[in-house]
Amino acid sequence: MEMPAPNPSVLSRRAQIAARLREVLPADAVIDDPVETRAYECDALTAYRCPPLAVVLPASTQEVAAVLRLCNREGVPVVPRGAGTSLAGGSMPTQDSVVLGVARMNAVLETDYDNRTIRVQAGRTNLSLSDAVAEGGFFYAPDPSSQLACAIAGNIAMNAGGAHCLKYGVTTNNLLGATVVLMDGTVTEIGGAHLDAPGLDLLGVICGSEGQLGVVTEAVLRILPAPEGARPVLMAFDSSEVAGACVADIIRAGVLPVAIEFMDGPCIRACEDFAHAGYPDCAALLIVEVEGSEAEIDMQLGLIKQVARGHSPQEVRESASPEESAAIWKGRKSAFGAMGRLGDYICLDGTIPVSALPQVLGRIGALSQEYGLRVANVFHAGDGNMHPLILFDANTPGELERAEALGAEILRACVAAGGCLTGEHGVGVEKRDLMVDQFSAADMEAQMRVKDVFDPRWLLNPAKVFPLAQSQARRAAG
Amino acid sequence: MSAAVLTPADEGELAEAIRDARGGLRILGGGTRGAGAPGPALSVAGIAGVTLHEPGALTLVARAGTPLADVEAALVEEGQRLPFEPMDHRALLGTEGAPTIGGVVAANVSGPRRIQAGACRDSLIGVRFVDGTGAAISNGGRVMKNVTGYDLVKLMAGSRGTLGVLTELSFKVLPAPETEATLILEGLSDAQAVAALSAALGTPFEVSGAAHGAGRTVLRIEGFTDSVAYRAGRLRTALARFGDATAEDDPERSRAIWRAIRDVTDFADRPGDVWRVSVKPTDGPAIAARAGAEETLFDWGGGLVWLLVPAGTDLRARLGDFAGHATLVRADAATHAELGTFHPEPAPLAAIAAGLRAKFDPRGVLNPGLMG
Ligand SMILES: Cc1cc2nc3c(=O)[nH]c(=O)nc-3n(C[C@H](O)[C@H](O)[C@H](O)COP(=O)(O)OP(=O)(O)OC[C@H]3O[C@@H](n4cnc5c(N)ncnc54)[C@H](O)[C@@H]3O)c2cc1C
Repeated sequence: MEMPAPNPSVLSRRAQIAARLREVLPADAVIDDPVETRAYECDALTAYRCPPLAVVLPASTQEVAAVLRLCNREGVPVVPRGAGTSLAGGSMPTQDSVVLGVARMNAVLETDYDNRTIRVQAGRTNLSLSDAVAEGGFFYAPDPSSQLACAIAGNIAMNAGGAHCLKYGVTTNNLLGATVVLMDGTVTEIGGAHLDAPGLDLLGVICGSEGQLGVVTEAVLRILPAPEGARPVLMAFDSSEVAGACVADIIRAGVLPVAIEFMDGPCIRACEDFAHAGYPDCAALLIVEVEGSEAEIDMQLGLIKQVARGHSPQEVRESASPEESAAIWKGRKSAFGAMGRLGDYICLDGTIPVSALPQVLGRIGALSQEYGLRVANVFHAGDGNMHPLILFDANTPGELERAEALGAEILRACVAAGGCLTGEHGVGVEKRDLMVDQFSAADMEAQMRVKDVFDPRWLLNPAKVFPLAQSQARRAAG
Repeated sequence: MSAAVLTPADEGELAEAIRDARGGLRILGGGTRGAGAPGPALSVAGIAGVTLHEPGALTLVARAGTPLADVEAALVEEGQRLPFEPMDHRALLGTEGAPTIGGVVAANVSGPRRIQAGACRDSLIGVRFVDGTGAAISNGGRVMKNVTGYDLVKLMAGSRGTLGVLTELSFKVLPAPETEATLILEGLSDAQAVAALSAALGTPFEVSGAAHGAGRTVLRIEGFTDSVAYRAGRLRTALARFGDATAEDDPERSRAIWRAIRDVTDFADRPGDVWRVSVKPTDGPAIAARAGAEETLFDWGGGLVWLLVPAGTDLRARLGDFAGHATLVRADAATHAELGTFHPEPAPLAAIAAGLRAKFDPRGVLNPGLMG
């Protein structure tokens, strides 16, 4: 992984910068002991690590503004950080950067059931938000698999999705307002508890900007009344192609499930060995979940099973109890853990048109053979967001590089099929250099112009998202 | 200045027209939504046609000049629809012509279903546009989950042609429901009505429309026939403390109710200016009280307040400071000029918006002055 050479002038002022940070923050909110900064050297893309110059843990919007003002004046890059669960290296530091973690800012500021909103500090974890409104019968819809750990800050920066976004949308569709501190320390309030923004949709472009436009310190999010009930059905097929065709037919039939999850043979067997969920031994399975009252669920699942019958499923297993529902979800939810037991893996995140599913799965199979590396597929099929998992052994020299090359090929295949490089994990450093496969120079230029406006010196998370060659002139000019 | 309308036939010609512009251009779709900038007109009506509709992937792609009616017809054929129910401004504004899908996106036009299915920008998954330098730019795509690079799709929705001229749009579409019904409560005060709407929207019964006006408080439920009947029944019970709701379960008549709300037709033939105020729903009644309007219509559970006031009224002055914003939708040109169409933004946001316009349209040729 190529990273820009650290700014020597910043490195040489290390002690001075830490001292200045201590002037604007409480002493315990600044970490510059190299042993302690190691805890922040990477995110969930653990193959790449780099301890930062310092770490700050501000406790308020004002403290965030003070840090940014200082770093802007001193020309010090800042890497915003939520919980550090990015799979794309989005919160990976550089040697000359200050990591700005918002974990201490985790309060719920206001819960408003009448207006169906919640206002939180951005360090609040995703799942704890739903927990906070459960007593009122509400929930927060976007549910990334990492929801126990990841923060709303990182969810907004990455525009995180989850298993239930086919029906409820991703983060951007559930975000109404935010307090955003710009690199020069200006505190802005964008949107609020009302449903639409005046003027340009700045919130829309901040969401998903991977911490490059501003630091989010507070957010107003939509909460939804919890459904009366939900029930999954598991359907086994003897080929991925057939399962893929079944997905498209379910969608065409006019039902909108909350989730359609797909697992292929290798993934099913790994999950089975790990979680013993009792999955059938088959080439592909779908888990389809619908919501509503008992009768509404019966009706929708009836329709779905009828569609599935047209594809001769090997088995159809409808849950008859909460325990059976949990068993159906158990394997899927443990997929990443199960793969972890098989060795090291890279989790890809490309999206494709649902219609291209069989074709792309075929291509992945061929590439897997060509590279001699196993690939297991598990993904959100309703919206075409694939998660091919490439298995490799990090201790075998060259294998990581081979796995990465295979990953790049698979993502190029997603783009070629009319899809994109990343559906929910973000570009970060991981897919930075593949951007040229999806975007023209003019397309990227348009995006970089947005950063020029928000962060003219390119100090916020500068070495991410755009290929280094493309952003070089701007970063150097900063 | 010639009165002729520039009508490029494709993106290449459009780019050329923009590069050739020596002054401000007024960008037009169907020209039904009013509020144009001065200057010679540039119409995208010639860049039209649905280019892709994949029902099994819930995706539709259309060129910007495609009449909205054509898009909707293509969807109806497959039992699908645009989720966000765009308003037709013609009756209210007294305009003619055919609304285009590009115009809908440029103004981020969203109707009553916004509370459940999101705004236009939430269904929009890809754009192509030509910026003020004549560069053709693509962002997003045709898949519904995509976080590759910055989300310029959202930025373009509602940018009213000031950052670029849209040429092609991709949408996530949804299945159209089998049927719909409307529950009606009569005689509630504004405050009671919004309380009823909030109560309804806090149930799991998937209310897809929640409005109040002319003494009637209405709630829409859509879906499969049995499910609609079930949810309407449960909702009536849940709302018993607000009165005995009657149900309009004839889908045609229910649709007519929501079309009228969507298009604010009650205000159409009445003199005066029309404003639209966006606030958090429970603030709606207080806003209406402060506005002292001749007629008020609450949509979006109370969060969208349509106000009919005497021509020339400075509504923003009447409302004073509030959390939200007021847009002038219908007034004569002098009033638009004097009061401003859009709500003034806080200085830091206005500076960012101005910065973006300067980057995307450095020569100031795209609808100059329209948004600030
Ligand atoms: C096991 C596992 C499963 C996962 N499953 C999913 C999934 O289902 N769906 C999904 O979408 N993702 C998933 N992820 C990825 C990850 O959890 C998400 O990207 C999440 O949104 C990151 O949140 P975080 O708080 O950990 O952010 P971090 O990793 O700390 O940061 C992520 C990005 O956000 C920026 N950022 C952080 N805080 C701020 C701030 N205050 N202001 C501005 N920018 C900021 C960072 O600079 C970085 O670019 C998964 C990860 C793991 C490890």
